[in-house]
Amino acid sequence: MSTATLDRPRASTSSVHVEPVTQRRVLNSEWIKMRSLRSTGLTLLAAVVAMIAIGWIVGWATNAHWATQRPDEIASFNPISNSLNGYHLAQLAVGVLGVLLVSGEYATGMIRATFQSVPTRLPVLWAKAALYAGVTFVLMLVASFAAFLGGQQFLGTHGTSLSASGAVQDIFGVTGYLTLIGIFAVALGFIIRSTAGGIATLFGLLLVLPGIGLVLPTSWQANTLPYLPSNAGASMFSPQTAVGSLSAGAGLVVLVTWVVAALAGAAVLVKRRDA
Amino acid sequence: MIEARNLTKKYGDKTAVNDLSFTAQPGIITGFLGPNGAGKSTTMRMILGLDAPTSGSVTVGGKPYAEHAKPLQVVGALLEARAVHTSRSAYNHLLALAATHGIARGRVDDVIEMVGLQDVARKRAGGFSLGMGQRLGIASALLADPETLILDEPVNGLDPEGIRWVRDLLKGLAAEGHTIFVSSHLMSEMALTADHVIVVGRGRLMADMPMSELIAQASSNVVVVRSPQATALAKALAGKDVTVTSTEQNTLEINGLTAAQIGDRALELNISLHELSSKQASLEEAFMEMTRDEVEFHASTPDDDHTLRSAA
Repeated sequence: MSTATLDRPRASTSSVHVEPVTQRRVLNSEWIKMRSLRSTGLTLLAAVVAMIAIGWIVGWATNAHWATQRPDEIASFNPISNSLNGYHLAQLAVGVLGVLLVSGEYATGMIRATFQSVPTRLPVLWAKAALYAGVTFVLMLVASFAAFLGGQQFLGTHGTSLSASGAVQDIFGVTGYLTLIGIFAVALGFIIRSTAGGIATLFGLLLVLPGIGLVLPTSWQANTLPYLPSNAGASMFSPQTAVGSLSAGAGLVVLVTWVVAALAGAAVLVKRRDA
Repeated sequence: MIEARNLTKKYGDKTAVNDLSFTAQPGIITGFLGPNGAGKSTTMRMILGLDAPTSGSVTVGGKPYAEHAKPLQVVGALLEARAVHTSRSAYNHLLALAATHGIARGRVDDVIEMVGLQDVARKRAGGFSLGMGQRLGIASALLADPETLILDEPVNGLDPEGIRWVRDLLKGLAAEGHTIFVSSHLMSEMALTADHVIVVGRGRLMADMPMSELIAQASSNVVVVRSPQATALAKALAGKDVTVTSTEQNTLEINGLTAAQIGDRALELNISLHELSSKQASLEEAFMEMTRDEVEFHASTPDDDHTLRSAA
């Protein structure tokens, strides 16, 4: 092409002001997208409600049935993790929404409009992951505090307070776990692209693999089970009793490794695949 | 300005686009014509960097699409398949796209008004009719007032008024110096819109010429003659550059002579004529002829020409 053509002044002096695409603008765009789908609010609400309601109900039930508990149950009783039990359900809501934020775009064809406006593509992946992490972290932190504080009230005399050793650490631990699962789900969404496949894969990794692992020979279990995302993540906030369990710090490192690997895989595929 | 060089796309062992080279110039409407499955949409996706070519390259404004800092200002596109989240409103859809390029809200309102979607802009795009969906797609394409517009079957699902609106819009933009690249499988639509036409069949380039030239080429006349002495007449008319075919008894189709020449010759030989008529090939027929062997999904009805023509 001749430079004459390249330098040709734009045919119509456009009155539309257009800026270059930047990561910040893509974040802004993704924020508009996330806010403008009703499923986002509903699913996040479900996660918050699950976290709080289960914490309170479990606290109340434990207190009400304290007299009928077995001695070993009382011995291993931990008031902090008792109130944070809602994470089992909350992680499903957080995971489903993370997958859906991406797979919804592939299912509807929106991804083509997205990649037309951001043809370098990767800023979309980073923006979705970062935004979702931010939203999940804030909401789950609030929900975890509420679950803990209310849960301790319901536990009555068996409850403890925020000043108890490990309380704040576990609240941040469970929040961090849910946030990392959220990012992991977004990455899975980009890798799998279909809603059903993405959610099935996520649930398989979080819920099914730990169960299958228990069938393995005991000698293998210690080398595998603690490193699964759910078990590694749980080490971050609840005392692990199984053989070879990781410390909170090691659990965090293992889960972050899973998330980074998923993001890296997503980045490679997003760049390489046809949209 | 779009420049494709030896563009090829293979899916497994199936070649969707085969060594396609063409240029779409600014200031005119370039029609991209071909039967369904000819590789039009794949070519358009490759222009936009959505699909990566197996080999070859394509640039817009001198660079691959993805290398532009403000891609939406370079190309606005309406692709055939919908590219809208069904649960989001048209307004928020456009707002999200605008945000990537720092385009103001006012422009979003402007394009919504331009395509006539004011009344439904706040409703879920999933509830839109085909025509409303096309209008929303055109609104997204116009958002950044791009130099080049790529439209895949833009009049699909539009009512006659909508079709005229798109045609006038494209002509206006071309007159302002924009590059317009618009696909269709309907020759009749292209004949009314395009200045230049690129015809593809099974991913290969079949023709690349000004519309006027294609029309002239299509108008090669065939004269139909019915005569009781058809065989004698055929013998007398035979010559260089003249082809005579007999379609049924006593009927000839003659290519290379005008009706007047044939009539005069018959008079000289004292052959009586029962019919003498010029048959002008329609553009649609020229297109069908050109792509006959390249149609991917052939309906095997004996009269399928006819069916397609009336559908047009």
